[in-house]
Amino acid sequence: MMKSNKKAFNAGFVLFFLPVFLWLFLLVVLPHLELLRLSFSGSGRAGDTGFTLKNYAAFFKEPIYWLTFVRTAMYSILVTILVIAIALPVAFYITKLARVKTVGFLMIMLMVPFWVSELIRVYGWIILLRESGVLNKLFVSIGLFKEPIELLYNDATMIMGLVYTSMLFMIVPVIGVMEDLDDSLIEAAYDLGASRIAIWRTIIIPHCMPGIVSGGIIVFMLVLGSYLTPNLMGGKNSLWFTEQIYNQIILYFNWNQGAAFGFLLLVLSSLIIWVLLKLTRQSLKEVVK
Amino acid sequence: MIRTLQNPKPYTNAFKAFIITYFVFLFAPLVVTMVLAFNNSMFPSLPWKGFTLDWFFGDGPEKYGIFKDATNLRSIGVSFRVAIAVMILSTILGTCAAFLFEHEEFRFKNALYFLMIAPLVIPGVILGISILMFANTIGLAIENLFGIYVKFLGPGFWLVVLGQSSFISTIVALVVIARLRKFDRTLEEAAYNLGANRFQVLWFITLRYLRPAIIGGAAMAFLMSFENFNTTIFLTGSQATLPINLYLQVRDGSTPVINAISFLLIVGTSVIAVFNLSKGNKAVP
Repeated sequence: MMKSNKKAFNAGFVLFFLPVFLWLFLLVVLPHLELLRLSFSGSGRAGDTGFTLKNYAAFFKEPIYWLTFVRTAMYSILVTILVIAIALPVAFYITKLARVKTVGFLMIMLMVPFWVSELIRVYGWIILLRESGVLNKLFVSIGLFKEPIELLYNDATMIMGLVYTSMLFMIVPVIGVMEDLDDSLIEAAYDLGASRIAIWRTIIIPHCMPGIVSGGIIVFMLVLGSYLTPNLMGGKNSLWFTEQIYNQIILYFNWNQGAAFGFLLLVLSSLIIWVLLKLTRQSLKEVVK
Repeated sequence: MIRTLQNPKPYTNAFKAFIITYFVFLFAPLVVTMVLAFNNSMFPSLPWKGFTLDWFFGDGPEKYGIFKDATNLRSIGVSFRVAIAVMILSTILGTCAAFLFEHEEFRFKNALYFLMIAPLVIPGVILGISILMFANTIGLAIENLFGIYVKFLGPGFWLVVLGQSSFISTIVALVVIARLRKFDRTLEEAAYNLGANRFQVLWFITLRYLRPAIIGGAAMAFLMSFENFNTTIFLTGSQATLPINLYLQVRDGSTPVINAISFLLIVGTSVIAVFNLSKGNKAVP
């Protein structure tokens, strides 16, 4: 049986292999090699060609660049932690506490907002929070605020926005693993007198670790690479590193500098993801399943 | 602690309050955006000045509704065409990848699989700029060598389609792979024994079985393409897609037309999303 199919089998293999290979090679591998090459070359203008390190040197020389870089990384980690802190109780409620009948409905309610474009979600927050926005008008009219306060354009609001836009990517994987947690483990611990904190610390969180890690990776990556939320909700001096890349490429048309920044961002995200995987002894393959 | 155990009242109440707060937080910006699309005011804010449909159908001189707004309508058209092209391309690529990684054995399979999931952990901005730079380099090389200007290698429709497909195909692949794992391969063997050839088996047995996952993946691809900003911003030419166009308007001050567009988009995506969820596809956007 297998032998007579050998030839057809190979044709089938080529049929699947070729498109996938072209996709990964032309749209993923080669572009990133080109990014790397450009980041090490001069701008090409006025004889400025050949290998150079000046694009990377500029990054370390200008404090605004590397400070933005560090800020972006730190805030991304902070957002990821906040998202974990919100996602765990929400997932717990849905999988372990809510009435079984309502679970399906709650899941749909949870997911639908995240299908809506990030831009519209951010726009919703803008019209809620800005000085002439809905909340200000409401609070002034009921006398809570004496005069309108600008609630937008500061770091706290930006963090809130980033938490809002990336939350689902934590909640879904955590719900996935929490569903598999056997209730009788919690019951047994409870009967033996374990406190809530002990149950969370020794049973629930360790069990959910794979979901937390895969959610954490996606959330961290999304936040680190997000542009809209920091740009529209953050203040004038709350720079995000993606904005630096955008400025170099679109505004200053300095592709080589932009390539260096892009590559640094790529290295940073890969590095943090790698550390996270090593710390929790998981592989990327299992995490994206 | 959990539903099977006796819970003290304050505990369940506190938890309920938390969940209600969470859902309010989740829906507040969307509901406010949608409601203000019908406010008879020049600004998307309170006070409520009465109900109007002008931001949908108005044709001036004060209020131009979305259906009379040529720029926004054009960008919606562009987004639709991009999303359909991306949907077709990434569904084909994703399905091929699913078969390749689930049913075939070859050297460097793990390395290639790793490459396929890499776009999920590469920030979209970087995918955008690297594809822009690569296409530009190739375009210049062709121009220098043959003296031909290849239009689709410059920023524009096709570059946007390729850039978005580079990571959306991965999503489709993961959705299809999840279903292909559950496929009982003895069904294929049975078909072979009954005299079907490989392509008949593929068409009548395997693809038929995968249809829900493929349709779900395609719907996801459509939505992800329609709302993509980070990758698209670097690849778009003179024809802006809807998110790019909206971004420029939101940045430079806004009118309730944006609320009207948001209303249509929220309703549209919700319908597709609920349809997709009720079909039982795991819906990580």
